[in-house]
Amino acid sequence: MTAERGGAGPAPMTAVALRPGSRLVGFATLLYKELLRFWKVGFQTVAAPVLAALLYLLIFGHVLEQRVQVYGSISYTAFLVPGLVMMSMLQNAFANSSSSLIQSRVTGNIVFVLLPPLSYLEFFGAYLAAAVARGLAVGVGVFAATVPFVPLQIVHPLWAVAFALAGCAILGAMGMIAGIWAEKFDQLAAFQSFLIVPLTFLAGVFYSIHSLPEFWQRASRLNPFFYLVDGFRYGFLGVADADPTASLALVGASLLLLSAITLALLRSGYRLRY
Amino acid sequence: MIAAIEIRGLAKRYGTVQALAGIDLEIQPGEFFGLLGPNGAGKTTLIGILAGLLRADRGTARVLGHDVVADYRAARRLLGIVPQELVFDPFFTVRETLRIQSGYYGLRANDAWIGEVMHHLDLGAKADANMRSLSGGMKRRVLVAQALVHRPPVIVLDEPTAGVDVELRQGLWQFVRRLNRDGHTVVLTTHYLEEAETLCDRIAMLKAGRIVALDTTADLIKRFHALYLRARLEGAVPEAMLPSIVEHDAGRYTFKLGTYADLEGMLARLRQTSCRILEMELVQPDLEEVFVQIMRSEG
Repeated sequence: MTAERGGAGPAPMTAVALRPGSRLVGFATLLYKELLRFWKVGFQTVAAPVLAALLYLLIFGHVLEQRVQVYGSISYTAFLVPGLVMMSMLQNAFANSSSSLIQSRVTGNIVFVLLPPLSYLEFFGAYLAAAVARGLAVGVGVFAATVPFVPLQIVHPLWAVAFALAGCAILGAMGMIAGIWAEKFDQLAAFQSFLIVPLTFLAGVFYSIHSLPEFWQRASRLNPFFYLVDGFRYGFLGVADADPTASLALVGASLLLLSAITLALLRSGYRLRY
Repeated sequence: MIAAIEIRGLAKRYGTVQALAGIDLEIQPGEFFGLLGPNGAGKTTLIGILAGLLRADRGTARVLGHDVVADYRAARRLLGIVPQELVFDPFFTVRETLRIQSGYYGLRANDAWIGEVMHHLDLGAKADANMRSLSGGMKRRVLVAQALVHRPPVIVLDEPTAGVDVELRQGLWQFVRRLNRDGHTVVLTTHYLEEAETLCDRIAMLKAGRIVALDTTADLIKRFHALYLRARLEGAVPEAMLPSIVEHDAGRYTFKLGTYADLEGMLARLRQTSCRILEMELVQPDLEEVFVQIMRSEG
């Protein structure tokens, strides 16, 4: 360590005057940090889920392609792809915000985010946007990887985009809640294994709920993830199990509710500022 | 003048433990201030409240006039904290870590200052190394750099030299002294009392969440004005000297003196008897002794 530098010491430090827009710099930096975090381990955070989805497609598609047709004339593989894309997006959006928060909290480096003058809104916005970005990156990856197997047309792209964004945001917010609530990695794993994975698997990814008995059809309609998968699939195929407008309204309301809960946790400093 | 740090009636309780029991404290701009106390005295809680990591049950804390809760943005921009725990983000290099930290404070093009801080902390050679690959001492330097990256006028170092080698310790103090000379207020907590004695202009001692002593370092030491004569003696100690014995072990004695003048009389008494002085030294109290006495007396 040196205290001298060619006879000149460190420049006198005074509080630097902030330029207009400096608040945005804080938010943008936190977002950049979160994006860089998952991008640096892209094999694990993007490539691995794409591969997993591809394996689902190859196995389920191969086994069921000739046996199942959905909505009359749509092939099973064409039905499956949007579901796999959405499922991958949801799981990875959740994984992004939850794993980032729990890692930072357990290792203690969350202080680097808590010490600076970042507001709870900036905190929320940056983690949520990063979760959406990872969800979309995985979704695009899964879709691109499946193109050689199933040439799909996107009938209503705006609907698909709306459900993709809303789905990633909902799971990003859920990930934040889980990442703030969990004190240990196994608590987060339980949240993921016993809530997120079953809800996504049972959301009609692999089947149309119309193929289920009446009771399970009704049960599926209680699963909020069903509306995300179904609405997203509507964007691709132009047909869905539920009314897409109603699904979007329900999804939007869920997003608002979960965002409100997350913001309330952040504002109160729950398990972050004691 | 606006105080660098102004604390009024600050209290914090964890369950049944009263971590802070109504602290009042003012630290003036440009001071090198020491915050001392045994483990659990409330030092880190106090710093945590200043930093916004903890929330006080009652009372207020201000940094250069800005309330740490109501006006947290301004308060946090004026404050640089070096946390006690050796924490780091394993995803990033040293340079990325410092750029990101700088951005959190709203500073975008700050590479010149980041380069300067890295230079002064001898981090230049490790700028592009991943944080995981650094030694404990280097990680500690990065923590210091992170606290300085937004040029805060008030710097708080929470046991920055705990478990680090002598070279880093000396280099760190050299750098922090320089910052203090440049006008920065420095608040230091440490268990190395000789460091506090050498560096700090003023010291507060905490015990069980209360300030039990607050004075300039020199006056604190003077407060326990005492002089000791340590001697290894051969033969019986004169009876008149027995009341001034503080410690006695196998021919080694510690006598308490009121003033230097008492020394002459004591030596004269020894000469009058058959008692021989084999070794002798005069000992003045240091901060460590003052600290121990204050902590004992506040029982």
